Amino acid sequence: MNGIPISHILFVSTALFFIGMYGMFTRRNMITMLMAIELILNSVNINFVVFNKYLWPGKMDGIFFTIFIITIAAAEAAVAIAIIINLYRSHKSIDVEDAAEMKY
Amino acid sequence: MTASQIIFYLIAAFILGFGILSMTTRKIFRSAIWLLFSLIGVSGLYFWLQVEFIAAVQIVVYVGGIVVLIIFSIFLTQQSGIEMPKAPFKRTIASVLTVLFGFAFTYLLISKNNFQAGDGKFNADVSTIGTRMLSAGEQGFALPFEAVSILLLAAMIGCIVIAMKSKPEEK
Repeated sequence: MNGIPISHILFVSTALFFIGMYGMFTRRNMITMLMAIELILNSVNINFVVFNKYLWPGKMDGIFFTIFIITIAAAEAAVAIAIIINLYRSHKSIDVEDAAEMKY
Repeated sequence: MTASQIIFYLIAAFILGFGILSMTTRKIFRSAIWLLFSLIGVSGLYFWLQVEFIAAVQIVVYVGGIVVLIIFSIFLTQQSGIEMPKAPFKRTIASVLTVLFGFAFTYLLISKNNFQAGDGKFNADVSTIGTRMLSAGEQGFALPFEAVSILLLAAMIGCIVIAMKSKPEEK
């Protein structure tokens, strides 16, 4: 379809997923970790849409999963940012290493 | 190579380039802006796949909502110009190796797999999506729709409760 094999599109989404994983591993700032999660969710969305379009074009389940994932990502980002702002008020920092009270 | 293929590879390079920049830069505000470009690239990919509704939702929710929220919270919680501390060298090497090996194995699986293209006509216009989403019958998505709307309401109330300033203690 469109002259592009499906594995090339899956290459993009896999690479995007692992870029997000790299961000999760190296960053220690909560907001940038949240951005990494957004990248990972986006790569999953690309997968759903591409599989729906190429492998089961008669159905629409992938499209609906994508819509619901986008909604849940929005809710998750809002809650995470509320938590981050609250943590900044009490700790004056949004580094995950500084929020270790419940670790032990 | 047709124009459609060239456009696809341009979009792919755009997404991955800005994604890498967003995850490696040390200035947090630039990281947010580059994330914005990467998300715009993803919506361009949806336009290329001709799922226009998802592309529009991607622009409205991600670019217009989540990135703006992230930028606001950067302004609220720290100076936007300062550089984040560098990750320790050991951790960087370990995560680069992990990510490269993970990517190699996953892509090996994908390239070995023989995907069978399905039959049927792909139809994702807005009226079909709307009818399906609100129908409770066969192939309808009314139940997840309701569940997600309750989740959104709960998230909204939860955000307000979490971020609310507690009153100063009265004696």
